[in-house]
Amino acid sequence: MPNLNDILILLPEFYLVAAACVLLLLDAFMQPAQRGLLHWLSVVVLLVAIYLVVAGQPDVPVTAFGGMFVRDRVAEILKVFALICTVFVFVYARPYLRDRNLYVGEFYTLTLFAVIGIMLLVSAGNLVMVYLGLELLTLSSYALVALNRDSPLSSEAAIKYFVLGALASGMLLYGMSMVYGATGSLDLAQLRAAGAHAAMPNLLQFGLIFMIIGIGFKLGAAPFHMWIPDVYEGAPTAVTIFIGSAPKLAAFGMAYRLLDSGMGELVHHWQIMLAALAVLSLAIGNLVAIVQTNLKRLLAYSTISHMGYLLLGLASANPQGYAAAMFYAISYALMGTAAFGVILALSRAGFECDNIDDLKGLNQKSPWLAFLMLLVIFSLAGVPPLFGFYAKLLVLEAAIHADMLWLALVGAVFAIIGLYYYLRVVKVMYFDKPELVGELSVQRDASLRLVLSLNVLSLLVLGVCWGPLLGWCQKAFLG
Amino acid sequence: MSNYLLSILTWVPVLGGILLLIVRDRRPDLLRWITLTIATAMFLLNLSMWPMMDHSNPGMQFVEHLSWGGPIHTAYALGVDGIAYAMTLLVTFGTMLVVLGSWGSITYRLHQYMACLMIMEGLMIGCFSATDALLFYVFFEGMLIPMFLLIGIWGGPKRIHAALKFFIYTFFGSIMLLTSLIYLYNKAGTFDIHTLAQLPLTHTEQTWLFFGFLVAFSIKIPMVPVHTWLPDAHVEAPTGASVDLAMIMLKIGGYGLVRFMLPIVPDAAAEYAWLMIVLSLVAIVYIGFVALVQEDMKRVMAYSSVAHMGFVTLGIFVSVLLVRRGGNIDIALIGMQGAMVQMLSHGFISGAMFTCVGMLYDRMHTRMIKDYGGVINVMPWFGLFFVLFAMANSGLPGTSGFVGEFLVILSSFSASPWIALFAAFTVIISAAYMLWMVKRVLWGEIGNSHVAEMKDLDVREWLTLSAFAGAVLIAGVWPHPFIHLMDASVTQLVQQIGIHKI
Repeated sequence: MPNLNDILILLPEFYLVAAACVLLLLDAFMQPAQRGLLHWLSVVVLLVAIYLVVAGQPDVPVTAFGGMFVRDRVAEILKVFALICTVFVFVYARPYLRDRNLYVGEFYTLTLFAVIGIMLLVSAGNLVMVYLGLELLTLSSYALVALNRDSPLSSEAAIKYFVLGALASGMLLYGMSMVYGATGSLDLAQLRAAGAHAAMPNLLQFGLIFMIIGIGFKLGAAPFHMWIPDVYEGAPTAVTIFIGSAPKLAAFGMAYRLLDSGMGELVHHWQIMLAALAVLSLAIGNLVAIVQTNLKRLLAYSTISHMGYLLLGLASANPQGYAAAMFYAISYALMGTAAFGVILALSRAGFECDNIDDLKGLNQKSPWLAFLMLLVIFSLAGVPPLFGFYAKLLVLEAAIHADMLWLALVGAVFAIIGLYYYLRVVKVMYFDKPELVGELSVQRDASLRLVLSLNVLSLLVLGVCWGPLLGWCQKAFLG
Repeated sequence: MSNYLLSILTWVPVLGGILLLIVRDRRPDLLRWITLTIATAMFLLNLSMWPMMDHSNPGMQFVEHLSWGGPIHTAYALGVDGIAYAMTLLVTFGTMLVVLGSWGSITYRLHQYMACLMIMEGLMIGCFSATDALLFYVFFEGMLIPMFLLIGIWGGPKRIHAALKFFIYTFFGSIMLLTSLIYLYNKAGTFDIHTLAQLPLTHTEQTWLFFGFLVAFSIKIPMVPVHTWLPDAHVEAPTGASVDLAMIMLKIGGYGLVRFMLPIVPDAAAEYAWLMIVLSLVAIVYIGFVALVQEDMKRVMAYSSVAHMGFVTLGIFVSVLLVRRGGNIDIALIGMQGAMVQMLSHGFISGAMFTCVGMLYDRMHTRMIKDYGGVINVMPWFGLFFVLFAMANSGLPGTSGFVGEFLVILSSFSASPWIALFAAFTVIISAAYMLWMVKRVLWGEIGNSHVAEMKDLDVREWLTLSAFAGAVLIAGVWPHPFIHLMDASVTQLVQQIGIHKI
């Protein structure tokens, strides 16, 4: 029976559901001119949620609702960074949405529901909870992608996302049903215990394969990456920035819960599958990104390659590897919001700034913005002393530690290939003559300018003082 | 304060660079003076450390150690031994003269140019003084960013190609270095370079790590056959970046060999010493001939750099060979000392030559040899310096170029007379390409009307070249202070090579 204690454990989630509903109602009775209030209210709601997550964190992992929900350090860290990324998204998105008549309450409420999905997913203690959280996240995302309903490109992207996403969810559900058939349990902790002596080990392994497909799809790892470039390009940039950041943390959380908490006994089976996914993602992401001319597609392929690095850490299948992968997911989420944030800052009414050539001569037009983008790009490329470098260092270290030197070498070689397309962006900004005309969003919106600067400088600060964050991540897994 | 000297030398230029970015280029002369003041102050501060150095101590001095905390065992650890200190001197001396030498040649986004130079200076000092492998790597790699921008923004017509080639080539090397370092970290549980040097390693491990280090540092030096980025980068880079590149950045490759490769994988280094010696001789002889046929002055100097850095690697690995053969340790010591002096000397000479070419370029906006002729008639002072540096580059006794090459040839003679024979070829080849260039640029009738209009050196240029000339002559006539400075560390290094790890 649920009691008060269970509800207290889920307080941040309940609070966020209530707040999202209130905002939805508020929006219905508000004049469009007052939308600024809604915007700032949503930001405050998220900030309070961060406080509730951190303040209410128990010292030892606790479960609620009969093991459905787990509140541990892993979930805490992932939730905090997912919420921070969403705050960034809201601030960056406002000028863009305003210019395109998309400045509507649905954007905020749908995003908030997606965040609730993320929070449930990363705290899942049961296969049903995994599935519920995932569906809440993805259904909200489908609607968000179609936010600009008059744009054929957006509608196409939404349909593609929906069809492929539904297929992947189906696969995942099918895998879960087989796992249930083999073990007779949906609880992740019991699954792990039952995994060693399952009645039908073949059925369990078969279910595992389907679950890996689902995870691969949500991460966007090759060969399940097809939706990423189209959705990134087709969705309004204000939505792409969300899809490209916080849900990556959720996908990591889901992979960790399903594979380690649930299928920990089958580690030798999934380790090699993840390694294969990692190599494919690194190869496809980095090679295909070279020929892209659209900045959003370039970042989409770059995401695929980054998921390859994240899988390097997961494939190590030890607490240090998980910590490295979580560190990587956090760094990627922060870099992703920053990179798309620059694109949003440069776009204006009637101009998307989604081609690489649109950045031409940015150093002359706005040296500060060019410098911020420079830091983001070098961080994505993994050049020290930026955050992205330490993330790469740690996953490579984890792979070598787990006796997978070959995997680390593959990761290292593809870092060089990846460098080429990152450098092209810097080249366009710094070495080419400017073609930009007109006012930039960043010059109109002070909050965007401030928060974007904070976001990017955090990459530099975390690149220098990465010890505490890494310590936090490792403590979450080592206990 | 003397406890934090290295941190000051590293971070004051970086902060100065950030300050320049904030000041912007509304008052260019003020900007130049600020930069010059910082650079000069750094040089004087660095020089003031010389009397404080304990010449008999082969270990690290001016040590700073600050743990990052966190689960990865790495630290903000700085310190210099004799070799590293000599290299930091090269950095501060070079940067000061680069700022002075490119005073008026850059006008486009001057503040960013000067900021790049300053940040480079800080990162290069950090690189030479890092005693933690990860910190070394951070500086090693971080300095690529300002250099990439220097070449790409202020470079010549094909600057973008050159900048990308430079960055990708070097990044390829450094990521191999990173993988090797992570492997070592996994074995040793620390990134401390001194501890890594004590780590026992099997034959297979040493071989792999040797080639990891080799890729990283041979690209940076650069050695044949991975030298092809250097001519492109040099030709397209603005004068200041060329000087920085030739004078200092190449030395990081040589420094990496003695700091990482020799102490950590001595057995593999001994096993493949023959390979390194062959590659060095190819650089000295073959690249020398390549330099002969170049028509662009910067290209001549770029190939000459590859050939002269060949002497550095030759000296290092002849020394390894001699130690492992159980031969005369004193002769091995001479080879290693020769290599170190050659690094300094090549820094002075190549920096000076690139500055000279830059001064001609400022006047004529061409680097082609055929566009000049009879320059001595209108620029006698310039002619004096140019001939001096050309002679030094071809190893004239009395200049620093002679000392390093002489010591290296001397020790290679005991390894094998054949090595010495090929190495000695350099005297003829480098004299040929340098003197031929001097003949076509300086001597003869005035080539064309543009040359006739050229003005001789102004006070600033005269000062810059005299400083270079002073360094070249002092190190040539009285090399003792430099050799004495590095002696203890070099001796310890040679002893380390002798220790079998297998």
